[in-house]
Amino acid sequence: MPSSQPQEDHGPRAVRVAPTTGPSQGPARPDREFTVEARSQSRLILRRFLRHKLAVASLVVFIAVVLFAFAGGAVWHYSYDQLTPDISVPPSLRHPFGTDSTGIDLMAMVMRGTQRSLEIALFVALTATCVGTVYGAIAGYYRGVYDTLMMRFVDLVLTFPTIAVAAILGSQVGTSAGSWFFIGIILAALTWPIVARVVRGSVLSLREKEFIEAARALGARDRRIIFGHLVPNVMGPVIVSVTILVATAILSETGLSFIGFGVRPPDTSLGLLVSQAQTAVSTRPWLFYFPGAFIILIVLSINFIGDGLRDAFDPTTTRVRS
Amino acid sequence: MTTELTAGTPAADESADVLVVEDLTVSFPTDDGPVQAVRGVSYRLREREILGIVGESGSGKSVTSMAIMGLLPRSARITGSIRFRGQELVGLRESGLNKLRGSKIAMIFQDPMTSLNPVYTIGYQLAETILAHNNVSKAQARKRSVELLDAVGIPNPGQRVDSYPHELSGGVRQRVVIAIAMANRPDVIIADEPTTALDVTVQSQVLDALRTAQQETGAAMVLITHDLGVVAGQADRVLVMYAGKPVEIGDVEDIYYRPRMPYTMGLLGSVPRLDAGRSRRLLPILGSPPSLLNLPAGCPFTPRCPMARDRCETEEPALTDATSRRHRAACHFSEELADVRPHDLFAPTAEGDLP
Amino acid sequence: MTALDHNAAIPNAVPSGPTGPTKPILSVRDLVVHFPVRGRGLLGRTKGTVHAVCDVSFEIYPGETLGLVGESGCGKSTTSRAVLGLRRATSGQVVFEEQDIAELSANRLRRLRRQMQIVFQDPMASLDPRLTVHEIIAEPLRIHRLHAADRARYVADLMQTVGLNSEHGNRYPHEFSGGQRQRIGIARALALEPKLLVLDEPVSALDVSIQAGVVNLLEDLQRRLGLAYLFVAHDLSVVRHVADRVAVMYLGRIVETGKSEELFANPAHPYTQALISAIPIPDPRKERARRRIVVSGEMPSPTDPPSGCRFRTRCPLFANRLDDSERTRCQQEVPELAERGQGHPVACHFAEAVPVL
Repeated sequence: MPSSQPQEDHGPRAVRVAPTTGPSQGPARPDREFTVEARSQSRLILRRFLRHKLAVASLVVFIAVVLFAFAGGAVWHYSYDQLTPDISVPPSLRHPFGTDSTGIDLMAMVMRGTQRSLEIALFVALTATCVGTVYGAIAGYYRGVYDTLMMRFVDLVLTFPTIAVAAILGSQVGTSAGSWFFIGIILAALTWPIVARVVRGSVLSLREKEFIEAARALGARDRRIIFGHLVPNVMGPVIVSVTILVATAILSETGLSFIGFGVRPPDTSLGLLVSQAQTAVSTRPWLFYFPGAFIILIVLSINFIGDGLRDAFDPTTTRVRS
Repeated sequence: MTTELTAGTPAADESADVLVVEDLTVSFPTDDGPVQAVRGVSYRLREREILGIVGESGSGKSVTSMAIMGLLPRSARITGSIRFRGQELVGLRESGLNKLRGSKIAMIFQDPMTSLNPVYTIGYQLAETILAHNNVSKAQARKRSVELLDAVGIPNPGQRVDSYPHELSGGVRQRVVIAIAMANRPDVIIADEPTTALDVTVQSQVLDALRTAQQETGAAMVLITHDLGVVAGQADRVLVMYAGKPVEIGDVEDIYYRPRMPYTMGLLGSVPRLDAGRSRRLLPILGSPPSLLNLPAGCPFTPRCPMARDRCETEEPALTDATSRRHRAACHFSEELADVRPHDLFAPTAEGDLP
Repeated sequence: MTALDHNAAIPNAVPSGPTGPTKPILSVRDLVVHFPVRGRGLLGRTKGTVHAVCDVSFEIYPGETLGLVGESGCGKSTTSRAVLGLRRATSGQVVFEEQDIAELSANRLRRLRRQMQIVFQDPMASLDPRLTVHEIIAEPLRIHRLHAADRARYVADLMQTVGLNSEHGNRYPHEFSGGQRQRIGIARALALEPKLLVLDEPVSALDVSIQAGVVNLLEDLQRRLGLAYLFVAHDLSVVRHVADRVAVMYLGRIVETGKSEELFANPAHPYTQALISAIPIPDPRKERARRRIVVSGEMPSPTDPPSGCRFRTRCPLFANRLDDSERTRCQQEVPELAERGQGHPVACHFAEAVPVL
C-alpha cells in the first residue's frame, strides 16, 4: 500500500521515515474522503458570482461598453474630430446618436468620450488600489506608532474635498494633450486612502491569524509575510473597493469636466460631452441624453458587479454545514 | 398526557416520557444539494432522566436539539415528530413555541453570551424570565433571582445580581444561564456543550450547577457533548450519534462497558484517559466522518469500520436490541462484539487518517 | 502487535530527564514576559502590566517531551512563543543549543528557526487558505532556499511521512478534514528538519476519533526522528499520554513539575490536585466514585496577580485547613519551586502529596 518508498541517497532525516501504513485490518474500502467535489477557492468564488444574475448581466453590459469604446472607433465610419455635412441632425440610421452643431457624429464622440472616461477611471482604480493596498497592508502589519501616523495622514487626505482640490490642481496643468493622465493622477492621489483603510482593517484582523504567526515561525521576512500572505488574502475586499473606485472616478471626472477643469477640447470625455450639451437640452436633447445614459450605464453596471463580487467573496455564503 | 404506543418502542412506562422524538430528519439546502444533517433520530426522554448525546462535530447532535427548540433557520426542512407531553412541536407556530421555550423547555448553549443580553443586568434578565411566565411582583421576582444565583453557586448573589454579563467571567456567565434556565421549573433542560468553552476547574463547577438545577427543578435533561468523560459522570442513559443517526443507545454502563457498535467502541478506544498512562497506546479510528451530502447507501461507518463486510456497503442497519431491550445498537454484526475489547478491533497504526 | 510490546521500547528511546547524561537542547531560565496594557491612540498611556510569565525555568532534553499544562491565561502559550523568539522576553534567558536567542541578530534567529518549529492548535487558521498543500509545505524550503532541485519529491515524501496521500498536494486546506489539516501543519513543521517542536494544543481542536491518530503520529515521529517536544496543552489526559515530564503552570508561574508518572501519581500542589481531580474519566463507575477537590472561583487577572502565592485566592488548602499565621505566609511569601520532600519540585509552602486518581 505505501507507494513510493523514499530513496536512501537524498535522505534528510524526515524523509527516511518509511510510512508504516498497512492494510492492517479488514478488506480495503473505497476512499470516501472526498465525497464533496474538490474545488479551488477561485472556482468557488466564480460559481457564487455566476449565481448573482444582476451582476452577471452587468458584467455583460460593461464588457459591451468597453468594446464599444475601444473597438468601436475602428469600425465606425466617422471619427470624433471629423466634420460631416449633417449639422444638428437628430438620431437617424446614418447617425444613430445624431450630430452636433458643427456636424460631428455624436456616436463617434461618445465612443471617444467613453474611452477617455474609462481610461481615467481604470487608471485611477489601478493606481489607487496598488498604493492603497501596500500602504494599508504596511500600516496594519506594523501597527503601533507607524499605523497611527500613517492612518492619521490618510484621515487628512480624506478631508480634502476631491472636486475642489482636483479643480485647483487641474487648472495648473494646462491644456496639454496628456491632461487626462494628470486628472487620473490627481484623482488617484485623492482616492487611494479609501483602499488603504479597507486593506488596513482586513490586515489588522488577518495578522492575528495563526498562519501569519506560522510564517513568522518558519523564518519568513516581513516582506514575504505582507506580500505573500496578507495581500493575497485581502484581495476580496480590495477587488470590491476597486469597483467602487471605478464608479467614483467616472463620476469625479464627469464633474470636473463639467465645470471645466477636466478633459478639454479637442479631446473629449463623457463629462465634457454632457457639459457641452447643457445649453442644448431643450433643442437638441440627444446631445445630452446619450453621453448621460452612458455614464449611468457604466456606473450602475460597475456597482452591480461590485455587489456580486462582494457576495462571492463573502465566505459566509458558502455551503451551509450542520 | 399522551400514552400512545408506537410499535417497537422499548420504553416500559410510556406515561413517564416527557419528550418523545420520533424519526426526526433535518436537511439544509446548499449549493451542492441538500445536506442531511439529521437522518432519523428517535428517543424518549423520561421524567428526571439525564440523557447524554455523544457524537463528533457534524454528527447532528446539536441540530437535533435546535429542532426541538424550533431554533433552526427557516431554510431547514424538518420531518418527523417531536412531542412534548403529547404536544406536537414540529410545525408549531412561533407563538406556541415561545410559550414553551424558557418555561417548559429550557436551553443552555456552549456560549453563554448567545442567551444573555449584554445591555441588561443579569438580575433584570432573570426577573424578566420569571415575570414572563409567573404572576408575581417585581420584588418577589428579584428575591427569587438572588435565590437562583445562590443555588447555582455564585458567590455574593445579592451583589452579583446587579452585574452586567460582560463584568462576569465565562464560568459565572454560564451559571447565570443555568439559573435562568431553572427559573420557571422547566420539565426539560437541553444543555448543548455547556462546558466545552470552559477550563476544567470551572467545568466541574458548572457541571455541579447543572446537576443542582436538574435536581431542584425535577427536570429531565438532554446533555449534548463530545466529552465522553462528562457523559460518564453525569448521564443515566447515553445516545451515540454518527452521521446524523443514533448508532447506539443504552444505559450509561451498557454503553461504556458493553458497547455493541464498532463506532462506540472506537470512540472509547481513542480517548486518552487520565487513569491510563503511557503504557496504553491510543487506538485511532481510521478516516474521518463522512460528508452528509450524498451519503452513499449502507452503513455510514463502513469506510472506517474494521469489521465492515459487503452487507454493510448496501444495507444500513437499524437500531435493534443488543444486550437488552433498553440497549440498542445499529450494527449488522453487533452480537460479534460481545467479548471484544477496543484493542482487539482497532489497530494502533500511526498513519490513521488514510485507509 | 499489542499495545504493550509496542511501548516496551519507549523507556530506552527517551533520556532520563534532568539527571540524564545528555545536555539539554533547550533551557529556559527565569523567563519573565510582561505586556504593557496601553490606552488607545498615539499617546495612549500605559495603564498597567500583564504579568503573563513569571520566573519560569525548565529544560528539555533531546528526544523527550515536556508537557506544559495549565488553564487558559496561565501563560503557557506565551512561554512557548518566547521560546521560539516570536515574543520578546522581558528578562531571563532562552538558551537553545547553548545559544541565547535574545543575543542573536534577526538573521541568525531566522536561521535558528530551522532548528525549532511549531505546530498550532487550529489547523485551519494556521494554514494560508490561498495556498495549496504543496505550497504550504514547501514554503519553509523556499524561505530558507533548501531542496530547490528535488522539492516536489521532498514535499511528497513529507506528506507520506505524516500519513497524507502525496497525490493530494495540489488541493487546498479547506478540502481536507481536521485531522488531515493538522498533518499538513506537522509536515510543514518537519520540512526544515527541526530538533525541537513546540506543539501548541496540537489536538484540542480535533474530534476524539481523529485526535488519537495525530497523537500516535507525533509519538512515532518523535521516536523515529529523535525530536524533542514542548507539548503545550490544557488537557491533562493527553499530556499524561505523551509527556515524559510535566510542568503545571498557574497564572504565569510553574507550580509543580516532575516526571509524568510521579506527578500524576502523587501531585503535591493543591492546584495540580484540583486540576487532576477535575478531569472527567470516561468510565462511569470510576468517575462516579471519585472525590473531587473543588477549587472556587476563576483565575484572577494577570494584570494584578495576588501577592505571595498566586493560587491562594482559590486554594482549598488555604481556605479550609490553614491557620492564620500559615495564611499570612501564603500572602506574603512567594513559594519557590523547590524540592520539598515530595520527590519533585513544588511551589507550595504546605505541599503534601495526595493521590487523587
